Amino acid sequence: MTAETATEKEPVEKETFLNVFLRNLWSSNSVTVTALSIVLAVIIGAVLIVVSDSAVLAKFSYFTARPGDALDASWTLISSAYADLVKGALGDPQAFSDWMSGAGTWQNAFAPLSETLTYAAPLVFTGLAVSLAFRGGLFNIGAQGQAVLGCVAAGVAGFTFGLPIVLNLIVALIAGALGGALWGFLPGLLKARTGAHEVITTIMLNYTAGLFLAWLVIQQGIQQPGRSDAISKVVAESAQLPSFGGVLRVHLGIVLAVLTTAGVAWLLNRSAFGFELRAVGSNPHAARTAGISVAKTYTLLMAIAGALAGLGGATQVLGTAYALTPSVAGNIGFDGLLVALLGRNRPWGTLLAALLFGALRAGGNRMQSFTGISLELVTVLQALIVIFIAAPALVKAIFRLRAARAAGLGVSPAKG
Amino acid sequence: MRPVRGKRIVAILAAGGLTLAAAACGDAPADTPAAGGSSAAAAAYKACMVTDTGGIDDKSFNASAWAGIQAAKAGASNIDAKYVSSSSEADYEPGLRNFVTQKCDYILAVGGLMGDSTKKVATESAGSQFAIVDSGSSGANVYPMQFATQQAAFLAGYLAAGYSKSGKVGTYGGLKIPPVTIFMDGFADGVAYYNQKKGKTVQVLGWDKAKQNGTFADSFIDQNKGKTITQTLVSQGADVVLPVAGGTGLGTAQVAKDSSGKVSVIWVDQDGCKSAAQYCDVFLSTVVKNVEEAVKESVAKGAKGEKLAATPGYIGTLENDGVSLAPFNQFDSKVDAGLKTELDQLKKDIISGTVKAESASAPK
Repeated sequence: MTAETATEKEPVEKETFLNVFLRNLWSSNSVTVTALSIVLAVIIGAVLIVVSDSAVLAKFSYFTARPGDALDASWTLISSAYADLVKGALGDPQAFSDWMSGAGTWQNAFAPLSETLTYAAPLVFTGLAVSLAFRGGLFNIGAQGQAVLGCVAAGVAGFTFGLPIVLNLIVALIAGALGGALWGFLPGLLKARTGAHEVITTIMLNYTAGLFLAWLVIQQGIQQPGRSDAISKVVAESAQLPSFGGVLRVHLGIVLAVLTTAGVAWLLNRSAFGFELRAVGSNPHAARTAGISVAKTYTLLMAIAGALAGLGGATQVLGTAYALTPSVAGNIGFDGLLVALLGRNRPWGTLLAALLFGALRAGGNRMQSFTGISLELVTVLQALIVIFIAAPALVKAIFRLRAARAAGLGVSPAKG
Repeated sequence: MRPVRGKRIVAILAAGGLTLAAAACGDAPADTPAAGGSSAAAAAYKACMVTDTGGIDDKSFNASAWAGIQAAKAGASNIDAKYVSSSSEADYEPGLRNFVTQKCDYILAVGGLMGDSTKKVATESAGSQFAIVDSGSSGANVYPMQFATQQAAFLAGYLAAGYSKSGKVGTYGGLKIPPVTIFMDGFADGVAYYNQKKGKTVQVLGWDKAKQNGTFADSFIDQNKGKTITQTLVSQGADVVLPVAGGTGLGTAQVAKDSSGKVSVIWVDQDGCKSAAQYCDVFLSTVVKNVEEAVKESVAKGAKGEKLAATPGYIGTLENDGVSLAPFNQFDSKVDAGLKTELDQLKKDIISGTVKAESASAPK
C-alpha cells in the first residue's frame, strides 16, 4: 500500500500553491506513480516493437555504417504503432474529417470510442468484484469463475423465459448476478465455516465453472438447433442490452457499470456493512472483539463480490456475445484482477483502470490489424503497467521521486 | 554510494555499447529499397484473415488456412496477405470490421464459431468479399468452405480394420466437438463396413458412434495425456490408433515408437510424415483435411478477379481431394496389395454414393 497524500492539508508558510502543487506532482503519490508506470511500460513496449520486427531489426546490423536507416525505420514503426493504438481507442482524425465533409458517417467516427467502452464494461464489474473483496481482506481470484456463472445464468435466462421487453432484460441481469453470487458465496461460506483459504477454493471453482459451461452448451435444449458445434441458443432480443447497433457496439452495460461503481463506492464508504468489511479487512481479530461477526462479513462479502463479477459476465453475454460458447467470458475475470490492482482497490480507480484496459484492447485490435503488431504486445503493456504499480519502489528509484509525506510537510528532503 | 553506482552504470552501458557496436558494424546495403518493402504491385489483392481463439500457431485449421493464403501469395505476385489473431470471441467483430475499413478484397474468417459475427459484418458491408472455413454460408458475399471429413475417415477405418492383427483398433479425441467427432464417426463406420464385408468382428475402442460417446483427452497439447490414453487402448488390445487431438496425438506416436512396430498410428489433418516427420515410421497413413488447398484456391480465384459464389461454396470431399487418405509412406510395403485395391474401390464407391459415409457432424 502506498501512502496516499496527494492533497496534504498541512499549512505551509511562504509557499505559493503552485510550488506545493509542483512538488507534490513529483512526489511519490499514487497518481504520479501510476502515470509514470504507464510511461515506463510504453517505453519498454517501444523497444519490444522494434525487437519483434525483423525488417527493422535487420537495419540495426549496419547501424554504425548508416545509423539513420535504423533510427528512421524504428521511429516510423513505433510512431505508427502507437498512433494506431490511440486512433483505435479514441478515434481517428481522418474519420472525423470524413464525417464533417460528409464522406463518412458519425458512426464510423465514434466507433473506436464505442469499442473502448464495450471492452471496458465487463472489466469494471470484475474489477470491482476483486477490489471490494480485497478491501475486506479477501483475495478473490475467482472473478473468472463467477463471471462464467454470470454468463451461464444470464444467457439461459435470456433465451428461456421469453418475458416482455425491459422485464426480460432485468430478469436476465438479476439471474447473472445471482449466478455469480452463488459462485462467490461458496468460497465465502467455506472460508467462514472451515477457514478454507479463499485463494485455493476460488481458483478451483474457476475450473469447475469453465468445464460446466463447456458441458452445458452442448446439451439439448441449450445448444442452438441446427448447429453441431458448441454454441447455445441466441439470447432473445428483448433481453439484450440496448445498443446503437451496427458499427457502434457500445451498449447500456457501460452505464450500468458507472452506476454500479457509484453503488459500490457508497457501500464501501458510507454504509454500515462497508464499515464492517473495512474493519474486518484491516484486522479481523480487532473486528471480532468489537462485536463484528467476521464469518458473516466474509460470506456476505464474497456473495456480493460474486454478484458483481456475475454482472460482468451478464453484460458480456447480453451486450456483445448474445450466445454462450465455451470461451464466452474470455479473460474478463483475470483481467479484473489487474484492473483492481491498477485501480488500487478503490471503486472509482477501478473504473478508470477498466477504461484504460478497454482502450488498450480496442487500440490493440487496430494496431494489430493496421501495423501488424501482435495483440500480445497489448497484454505485455498491461502486465508491465501493473508490475510497475505493484513495485512502487522501483518507479520511485528510477525517477528519483521524493517521499510524498516529506514533501507535503515542507521539509526539504535529502537530495536523491 | 552514489559515485560507485554511477560508475557501475557507466560500465554496463559501455560494455553493452561495445557489444552492440561489434554486432552493428556490418556494411550498409548499396541502395536503400523503397520504404515499406512489402507493398509490391500497384493493384494488390489484399487477402486478410481473422483467426479464431486458437491463434495462428494452432497446428490446425488456423495454421492451415494461413499456409493456404501464403501459398496463394507465392503463386501470384499481386496478393498481399495479412492476419489478426483473436484472443477472445469479443474480438471477432472488430477484427473483421478493421479489415473492411482497410478495404481488404478477401476477408477470411476461420472456424464455425465465427459464423454469427461474419454474418453480421458481411450484411453491413455488402461490398466486401468474405470467406469462412468450417461453416455454412450466411449471405451472398460469404464464401463457405466445409469438409466432408467422414468420407476420408471411413477409408481410414477400413484400412485400420484390414491392417490390424489383434482385431482391435482404437481412437480418441481432443475434445467432444463436431470437427473432432466427425473423424471418429467415419472411422467407426469404416471398421463396421469392413466387418460386414468380410464377416469379421474388428472392434473399435474409444468411440461409440450410436451413443456418440467415447474417450477424450480434453486437450490438444498435452502429450502425456495422449500417452496414458494410448497405453490404455494398447493394453486393451488395440494395435492401430487414430488420435484426433492435435499435439496430444504426439504422445500416441511416442507410444507406437516405443512398441517397436507393434502399434501403428493414423494421423489427422495434414500428412504426418510432413507435419510430424520425426514419427514418420509409425504413421500408417493420415486422414487429410485439406484446408490449405481450399483456402489457396479461393484466394487465387479471387485474385484473378473471378467471383466466389456463396452457393454451393466449397465442400471438400474425396471426389475433389478436399479430404483424402494420405500415402502410406514407410508402410507402403507392409500394406497388403489386396487391401489397397479394396480401398481404391471403396473410395470410388463413396464418391459414387453406393457406400454411404455419414455423420451427425457432417456439413449440410
